[in-house]
Amino acid sequence: MLKWLRHNLVVFAGLGTLVYMLAPNVVVFVFSFNDPVGRYNYEWAEFSDKAWTDPCGVAGMCDSLTLSFKIAILATLCATVLGTLIAFALARYRFRARGLVNSLIFLPMAMPEIVMAASIAMLFLSMGMDAGFTTILIAHITFCVSFVVTAVKSRVIGMDPALEEAARDLYASPIQVFLRVTLPLAAPGIAAGAMLAFALSFDDFIITNFNAGPDTVTFPMYVWGAAQRGTPPQINVIGSAMLVIAVLVVVAGQIVGRRNRAKA
Amino acid sequence: MSKQGRDAGRVELTGLSKRFGGFTAVRPTDLTIPEGSFFALLGASGCGKTTTLRMIAGLEAPSTGRVLIGGQDVTGLPPHKRPVNTVFQSYALFPHLSVADNVAFGLRRKGRKDVAQPVKEMLELVELGHLGGRKPAQLSGGQQQRVAVARALINHPQVLLLDEPLGALDLKLRRQMQLELKRIQTEVGITFVHVTHDQEEAMTMADTIAVMNGGVIEQLGSPTELYESPKTAFVANFLGQSNMLPAAVLGRQGDDLALDVHGVRMTLPASRAVPGSSGSSRIVMGIRPEKITLGKAEPDDAHRNMLRGIVSEASFIGVSTEYRVRIAEGSELVVFSQNRDDERPRVGDEVVLHWNPRHGFGLDAGQDLDAGTGEDAL
Ligand SMILES: Nc1ncnc2c1ncn2[C@@H]1O[C@H](COP(=O)(O)OP(=O)(O)OP(=O)(O)O)[C@@H](O)[C@H]1O
Ligand SMILES: [Mg+2]
Repeated sequence: MLKWLRHNLVVFAGLGTLVYMLAPNVVVFVFSFNDPVGRYNYEWAEFSDKAWTDPCGVAGMCDSLTLSFKIAILATLCATVLGTLIAFALARYRFRARGLVNSLIFLPMAMPEIVMAASIAMLFLSMGMDAGFTTILIAHITFCVSFVVTAVKSRVIGMDPALEEAARDLYASPIQVFLRVTLPLAAPGIAAGAMLAFALSFDDFIITNFNAGPDTVTFPMYVWGAAQRGTPPQINVIGSAMLVIAVLVVVAGQIVGRRNRAKA
Repeated sequence: MSKQGRDAGRVELTGLSKRFGGFTAVRPTDLTIPEGSFFALLGASGCGKTTTLRMIAGLEAPSTGRVLIGGQDVTGLPPHKRPVNTVFQSYALFPHLSVADNVAFGLRRKGRKDVAQPVKEMLELVELGHLGGRKPAQLSGGQQQRVAVARALINHPQVLLLDEPLGALDLKLRRQMQLELKRIQTEVGITFVHVTHDQEEAMTMADTIAVMNGGVIEQLGSPTELYESPKTAFVANFLGQSNMLPAAVLGRQGDDLALDVHGVRMTLPASRAVPGSSGSSRIVMGIRPEKITLGKAEPDDAHRNMLRGIVSEASFIGVSTEYRVRIAEGSELVVFSQNRDDERPRVGDEVVLHWNPRHGFGLDAGQDLDAGTGEDAL
């Protein structure tokens, strides 16, 4: 018995860690079926699927969700394109301000978020820009670019230059070399950067809060605000749904990857 | 695409050179590689072989000179407009494409739609017909190498450039692939320019070898020509082993030079000496170790060059024995002797070395006699 326990210690430790990490999610999920008494959803009252059948039943919540998605998608798009271009420039060319650009790109990742939030807000203020959708978007792109650049750059640096030369040698014009060889090879790095950018933009609170206007309440801001006035179970629904979607995406990715490997 | 007919695969380099900053990687070179030949560019590491090849492919812009392929000046053309293809040292297979898509890459870029059939035929030529669906990472080194060859050959280039394509393979596979490449070249009849630092590989495969040293082609010729009549100490040492005997020129007797080697009179056909060296008073006579006969008695034929010495070392190699024979203070000759006789000389024995004068070769005296030996080359 003791021996068996010792042999499976790693398994138990792993399971324990998993439980520790997933327990909050389980609680959130369970309480999404609660029909709370009063404004706060902290005590179990009775089972109800009201929140799941009517997720937008709370005023303002789905608007904030839509806004967050809009910003995250736009920020991801812009940051991915910009970041990929910067990454190629940094990895491939020696230009005068290269070192400076490298450290500037790194700065948003190293700086405390609150400092960055305040300085960006100050900049917009002194420029006389009204806080709102545009300011949030610009702020998000600023820090997302750093992560995209980092992800893509390491991929581009690790690329064998002979591959592009081989493509040129095999009658590919410069554009074809980029589309057929360079881009596919950099794709995993670009995808990783884009996913990171999306996740970071979607759940950013501090920077967003500093640069939002009265009409631009993103989902994280909504949740924070709601927590003070009361927590409808719909928040749990959205939280659980996002977790499930994220897990499904990862699982699907794994299956596709395994099938590709098996086929080849 | 050999549209120009017979000489489409001829490569001409005129005054071609390459400088990287202040460093000259390739000195101005003139070279003509005939159509349909298996041409080897042989030289030690860093002598400029890859750079020369890259200039032919268009991957490196020459500092001076021109590149002509099939009589057409391609110096200004980018690589994708040149009728040549390259097999890279690292193979450079596209990791995100299947083997078949790798092979089809060139045809597709040229706008061919019906690539399935030629790809199948090409994979069969390199004996990989069944592996078209795999990714390059799932192939062994030898298989990857053949995919790299197939990917280049399928385009029917006028010239195929190979940059040490066998460098990453183990010895056995290497020998096998040498034969295979040679077979493929004979089959398709395309000009092959093969870069290698392995002299054995160059000699077994190539019709013509150019030996490069320090950015210069030292000598050009058939394998036998280079081996039997090297023109420099580097070539003599780089292609096999050589004994180098400094000699004084005593004079000329008809077609022969009379020499004084360690106080012994010898002869060397004047035609076997590098032009120019026969006129000077000092010369270096080279002789290959396997050309020397090692015996106990003087030869019957008085015309043979002869030296006496004492065996200082004998290593049994199997088919032959390698002897080191001291002929004078600080001077040793290497002799390879077939193990035919039961009674072989032993260390300390006094022996007679003799060889046919026609097997010697004469080199300029003013050069580093160790150039191109193992210690120097690596
Ligand atoms: N891009 C470059 N910049 C500066 N120097 C270079 C560059 N490419 C090559 N060289 C130098 O030029 C010389 C010749 O290089 P090359 O690659 O042609 O050698 P090689 O004969 O192919 O050697 P190896 O057998 O090791 O492949 C080397 O001394 C190398 O350091
Ligand atoms: Mg090389």
